[in-house]
Amino acid sequence: MIVLRDIGRVYQTGGAAVHALEGVSLDVDRGEFVAVMGPSGSGKTTLMNILGLLDRPSAGRYLLGGSDVARLPDDTLARLRGRAFGFVFQSYNLLPRMTALEQVELPLIYQGTADRRRRAAEALVRVGLHDRLGHQPTELSGGEQQRVAIARSLVVDPLVLLADEPTGALDTATEADLMRLFSELVENHGLTVVVVTHEPSVARYAGRIVKMRDGRIIEDSRRLREWETHAPGEVGR
Amino acid sequence: MSLLDAFRITLRAIFANRLRSALTSLGIVIGVSSVIVLIAVGQGTQQGVTDRIRGLGTGLIFIESSAAATTAQTGGGAGLAESTLVQGDADAIEANAIPGVAGVASRVAIDAQVVAGANNVGATVISTSSEYGEVRDLGMLTGSFITPLHDQEGWMVAVLGTRVAETLYPGEDPVGREVRLSFGGGRLTLPFSVVGVLEEQGGASEANDQAFVPLTGLASRIRFLYTPTGDLRVSQIDVQAQSGADEARVKEDITELLLFRHETTQPDFVIQSQDDLISAATEVSNTLSILLGSIAGISLLVGGIGVFNIMLVSVSERTREVGIRRAVGATTRDIVKQFVTEALTLTLFGGLAGMAIGVGVSLAVDGREIGGQVMTMLIQPWSILAAFGVATAVGLASGIYPAYRAATIDPIAALRT
Repeated sequence: MIVLRDIGRVYQTGGAAVHALEGVSLDVDRGEFVAVMGPSGSGKTTLMNILGLLDRPSAGRYLLGGSDVARLPDDTLARLRGRAFGFVFQSYNLLPRMTALEQVELPLIYQGTADRRRRAAEALVRVGLHDRLGHQPTELSGGEQQRVAIARSLVVDPLVLLADEPTGALDTATEADLMRLFSELVENHGLTVVVVTHEPSVARYAGRIVKMRDGRIIEDSRRLREWETHAPGEVGR
Repeated sequence: MSLLDAFRITLRAIFANRLRSALTSLGIVIGVSSVIVLIAVGQGTQQGVTDRIRGLGTGLIFIESSAAATTAQTGGGAGLAESTLVQGDADAIEANAIPGVAGVASRVAIDAQVVAGANNVGATVISTSSEYGEVRDLGMLTGSFITPLHDQEGWMVAVLGTRVAETLYPGEDPVGREVRLSFGGGRLTLPFSVVGVLEEQGGASEANDQAFVPLTGLASRIRFLYTPTGDLRVSQIDVQAQSGADEARVKEDITELLLFRHETTQPDFVIQSQDDLISAATEVSNTLSILLGSIAGISLLVGGIGVFNIMLVSVSERTREVGIRRAVGATTRDIVKQFVTEALTLTLFGGLAGMAIGVGVSLAVDGREIGGQVMTMLIQPWSILAAFGVATAVGLASGIYPAYRAATIDPIAALRT
């Protein structure tokens, strides 16, 4: 579904050119749960921005569902981004003074979808927040805020959910809850998830781990996922 | 994003910062309302002056001596000694039967104290003839105006303006009573019997503060009114044109006649019709309107700069919000739409409130006396439309650049903050 070929990303800072990505090639198929790992400055966030069409590669080709999206005009890119990708950030990035329901409606406003309220409510139910629809961010715990953000990214039925350190601000128990939610979405709803993290405890939920260093992919390994090593009934919600 | 959605987002942002939004709109409120009020003042003044000139009568042509023109026009008698106009001029205009002339009345204006018992009041005494009442279209409250008989016999009778009568005889009818006119700071005092009181004259007519006496009677007792050649000096000659007469033609004929009588080719007098006075006054008050409108326009501009400034602040405060909206699929156009809608809403709120306040203040002030001056307010529909249109344009102008700044925010950087 996603095909990256020889992607490079160069930033000009002052006079020096910084190569954030160099010769990155990556294929992601539907239903995969990929963890991108690497130390700070290894280019994993840049990779996620390019995957999510927030940023454009300086070199290489990006095929999404078979068509080259690297050279599309800005506004086309914005529309495509709204429909095809859902973002989850470490800092939740919810808007202040808006209820959970309104937060989740937001992407639908820009798509001009009818039936926004019902679809937003359904997405919140899917992440287990059926009793928090009218709450504002300040009235929600960190884990709940991140669930609202996940509902906001799910509401458009995206091809790919992109998460950048989604549990970076959460405690271990909440982290496990959220990661199980991701796994469940991949398993039962066929969602594709790409998680950027440097926590092995997060990466172990993924079926595939891509390791990066200095703007290059240095390892790409598939493995059994966490819950597949356990007996049935012990995992999931 | 639909306009309705953009408007919802705008209302949310405006109500999240109520005080700031209110203060921002206040600039526009003040701008729009002052445009409306000040233009109403300017136009009302024009209306008032025009009414006052029209209130003098209809089809009037005023002739004044060039030398005395400035003082005589204000009703004072100071320029009388230099006046080149004489009663003979007035008689000649009448005797020559200039076509289109309906009546001629000359007048001598002298400032005097009017005394009745213990009461006294300063007034301009207009010495004139019976014709003046008709020419100036003066109605009577009680008694009669000066009659042709008074003119002929030179009787010492007086007709009082409303305010003069009220001051001297509060609550009484002064007809038949005696008043004394004291000229030249008391050097000459003459008794007159009151034969009539004028109706209150409209607007801020001078006639309310004047007293009228037959020129023939006064002239026989005040020697300095005469020229060395024995002709009677007058301050002003009023000519009434027949209705439908060509006033310009009448003016020309009179000018020719007076030039001949004064044995000169350069007029030593000023001849003006009511229309001349009205157009002169209109010119002055148009200048006033433009001046007032410009001042108000500046305050509207300053209000617009306030909106611009707040929009810039608002955009930089909401960098993160813009990043989030971009990440969930907002195009640059959606972002521009959001911020332009916000700026427009602020100015439209301000514009509507300013309209209401401007019209309200104008109506409240209209007809009231402020600083001894009765305010006439004339609300112009075009000034309301102009103020509102300018406010809208200001809103658009001050929304576009901040919106463009917002739209060009890099979502990646915005989300990282």
